[in-house]
Amino acid sequence: MPVQTAAQSARITEIQVNGAPRAIDVAPDTSLLSVLRDQLDLTGSKYGCGEGQCGACTVLIDGNPRHSCTVSVGSVGKRQITTIEAIEQNGRLHPLQQAFLDVGAMQCAFCTSGMIMSGVALLKSNPDPTEEQISEYMQGNICRCGTYTRIVAAVRQAAQAMKTSGKPAAKGE
Amino acid sequence: MNDKLPYELTIEPERYELHAPPVHHFDLDRRDFTKLFGAGIAIFLISKGAVARQQGESGGRRGAEQSAPSDIATWLHIAEDGAIIVYTGKVEIGQNIRTSLAQVVAEEIHAPFESIQMVMGDTRLTPYDAGTFGSQTTPQMGMQLRRVASSACDTLRELAAKQWGVDVARVVAAGGRITDPQSKRTISYGQLAQGKALAKAIPETDPLVPPAQWVVAGKPLGKVDGRDFVTGRHKYTSDKKLPGMLYGKILRPASFGATLVSVDMSMAQAIPGVTAVHDGEFVGVAAPDPQTAERALAAIRAEWKAGPAQPSHREIFTFLKTNLQAGNRGGGRGQEQSSSESIAEGLAAADHKLEATYTVEYIAHAPLEPRAAVALWENGELTVWTGTQRPFGVRSELAQAFRMAEDKVRVLMPDMGSGYGGKHTGECAVEAARLARAAGKPVKLVWTREEEFTWAYFRPAGVIDIRSGVKADGTLTAWEFHNYNSGGSGIGTPYTVANQTTPFHAVASPLRQGSYRGLAATANHFARESHMDDLAALVRMDPLAFRLKNLQDDRIQAVLKAAADQFGWGKSKPAAGHGFGIACGTEKGGYVATAAEVVVDAATRGVKIVRVVAAFECGAIVNPDGLRNQVMGSIVMGLGGALFEAIKFENGRISNPKFSMYRVPRFQDTQPIEVVLLDRKDIVPAGAGETPIMALAPAIGNAIFSATGTRLRTLPMVPSGLVIS
Repeated sequence: MPVQTAAQSARITEIQVNGAPRAIDVAPDTSLLSVLRDQLDLTGSKYGCGEGQCGACTVLIDGNPRHSCTVSVGSVGKRQITTIEAIEQNGRLHPLQQAFLDVGAMQCAFCTSGMIMSGVALLKSNPDPTEEQISEYMQGNICRCGTYTRIVAAVRQAAQAMKTSGKPAAKGE
Repeated sequence: MNDKLPYELTIEPERYELHAPPVHHFDLDRRDFTKLFGAGIAIFLISKGAVARQQGESGGRRGAEQSAPSDIATWLHIAEDGAIIVYTGKVEIGQNIRTSLAQVVAEEIHAPFESIQMVMGDTRLTPYDAGTFGSQTTPQMGMQLRRVASSACDTLRELAAKQWGVDVARVVAAGGRITDPQSKRTISYGQLAQGKALAKAIPETDPLVPPAQWVVAGKPLGKVDGRDFVTGRHKYTSDKKLPGMLYGKILRPASFGATLVSVDMSMAQAIPGVTAVHDGEFVGVAAPDPQTAERALAAIRAEWKAGPAQPSHREIFTFLKTNLQAGNRGGGRGQEQSSSESIAEGLAAADHKLEATYTVEYIAHAPLEPRAAVALWENGELTVWTGTQRPFGVRSELAQAFRMAEDKVRVLMPDMGSGYGGKHTGECAVEAARLARAAGKPVKLVWTREEEFTWAYFRPAGVIDIRSGVKADGTLTAWEFHNYNSGGSGIGTPYTVANQTTPFHAVASPLRQGSYRGLAATANHFARESHMDDLAALVRMDPLAFRLKNLQDDRIQAVLKAAADQFGWGKSKPAAGHGFGIACGTEKGGYVATAAEVVVDAATRGVKIVRVVAAFECGAIVNPDGLRNQVMGSIVMGLGGALFEAIKFENGRISNPKFSMYRVPRFQDTQPIEVVLLDRKDIVPAGAGETPIMALAPAIGNAIFSATGTRLRTLPMVPSGLVIS
């Protein structure tokens, strides 16, 4: 089939994920989410809608939050992709992950990875966001269980924790 | 629309909620217990009552009665390493029962919370369970687990006393150890279990620790395994991967009720690695990766013939009123249904009469994890991992679809990405299994969001007609309440009315419909509490005082007063453009009252919710943090159905099957919500995942009425950008 031939000729064979090059073999129009989940078994990023509306698939690309379900792997190039799997460092939770546990900011937790990735990105760009700023920034993340108030509280708690510990916000590169 | 699938997909509204009969093959003989679980101590709870309760009023579904019902409700195993493993057919869907059930077990067995492991929703390992719905886990399974754990604790004390040759009355259980305070001897549960092969069956009568003395239960505890969720490590069904696994895709009909005229699979089949299946009306593919599966699906040439004409969302309410099914049933739990003469008398005695119609649109559950299943055939046996609220029900569906014995089918339910009543069925499991059988390899099938919005089922649309009468002093004289299609939950009025009738009328719904969080109680409370508000206005009484005057039930009165107090009801008048509303009700052993403040822009008629206060009481509180989370979640979910969620459909197609077209509550929709919990330690705990949703919509509607004088009688109330039309 001609389509198949064209795709074969331009296969993507490597992307940078969580600080290391990863070998893959996919057509360039494959969604980044599918590559992460199905090729690399990084299943922390979730499929929730496929149209960039729910935020469950949020990853960082060069530190910026992106809906990996609408990003084609061919458009990523050598940019650094960070997934939820790399937010915990050497067995130590990121302050936002800890805050999610402390506050109990989850029910089914299917949205949690995406929420944490968005929150990590927010805290990087704004280390001390107000509740309104958090709600506005995270408007693209859906929690069907309705734990929004607790998620806002968790981001606030993480901001406080990071301020007192003097730690930089999340690592995204 | 169901007849073109290779298996039965009967879904009916909640009134006939899916109470599958107990079809359990308890293929684990009690004597074989040690073979499976190793040595230790096992306690089984014998409960004929529990099984009968689960059967509900409408058993006998799908003629699956051939198997003898199991009399075992749950069991618990104390392993030689001291682990306490609890086996229950209930499942974790985000309501955090994995945590709260472990709490009550820890309480009764006097062991650390961390030593409790829960094995849930695995049809091979756990006892039969009808399903996780209807807010039954806490009152039924919670109670049964308390009894099992309590009996296990007694057994441990007896074992220790016997070993030491002392009176059992003097040994004490605490912290996972038995201690004899006089001789200071102590032994851990694990040590006591070593070398034992002891199985004990107990009846449902052992005494329990009174909630007032709870140490572990009654405390706020975070989600068990929370760390796995914040790190992305937890494997939901959709994350599961087996060696050699293929990815499935299903060809959906062009519209509801369409039938397959012809299909050409040859182009799909020609793609390397693809298995294409055409079996009756079922058409699907499996491929080594999702992209190839999509390509194969697109390569199928199919011709569909449209089914009979179907109504659209525009004429749905007329349709529901004019397409009644036979066999209507009176509603209301045990309430007297008055005759039409009695209603006429009541109306004649009234100073004010009121007639109004309320409507509710179809809405979708839209759980964030769509339906997913991984199916594996091995040696003629089928294993399926799937997200469902009814693993045993799905096992029945699989056994029937593939004409095999249920003990050859195993269904496992990894903690899932929520359900809200929307995942009672196993269609995705059956589809994955059909593909896997053809491919001879395991197959994973994850529904797309559009499939989930289209081929799952919906909360029923409905029409509710109310006719009522009230005296000038606020006494209700007549109450006639007809619910068409939306369901019978919460249909009976809690208010005292001499003459009342509250029938439910079944309708042949054009859309597939089924259970949803709170079931019809949301629609019925919306209608009743909006109507009560209008009656209060007719007799010029304060809405709170009017309700209290007509309520006898002290538990409803208590939540109503608690919500009013927290809200500051009656303390001040609403500011210009603002309005206050209040509503209350009871269902499934829970009691809720909600007060809301809204502001309506005079020029744009735009509505903004300023504040919501919800007071809730469900007996003794097991986990205050989990309960608060559930009440809050119910309110937030309720905002969607109250304000803007509605499924649109036309010509047998869903017109808005995406999150970009179907608005669900988001961060900025969530206004300050205050939750007041009443802890009744003297009352057996009831479930809490559903009832708190009921009073939100009428509270908001009543607040909008208070602000504007406009009564909104349709859910959702403000679908067009939160503007009153």
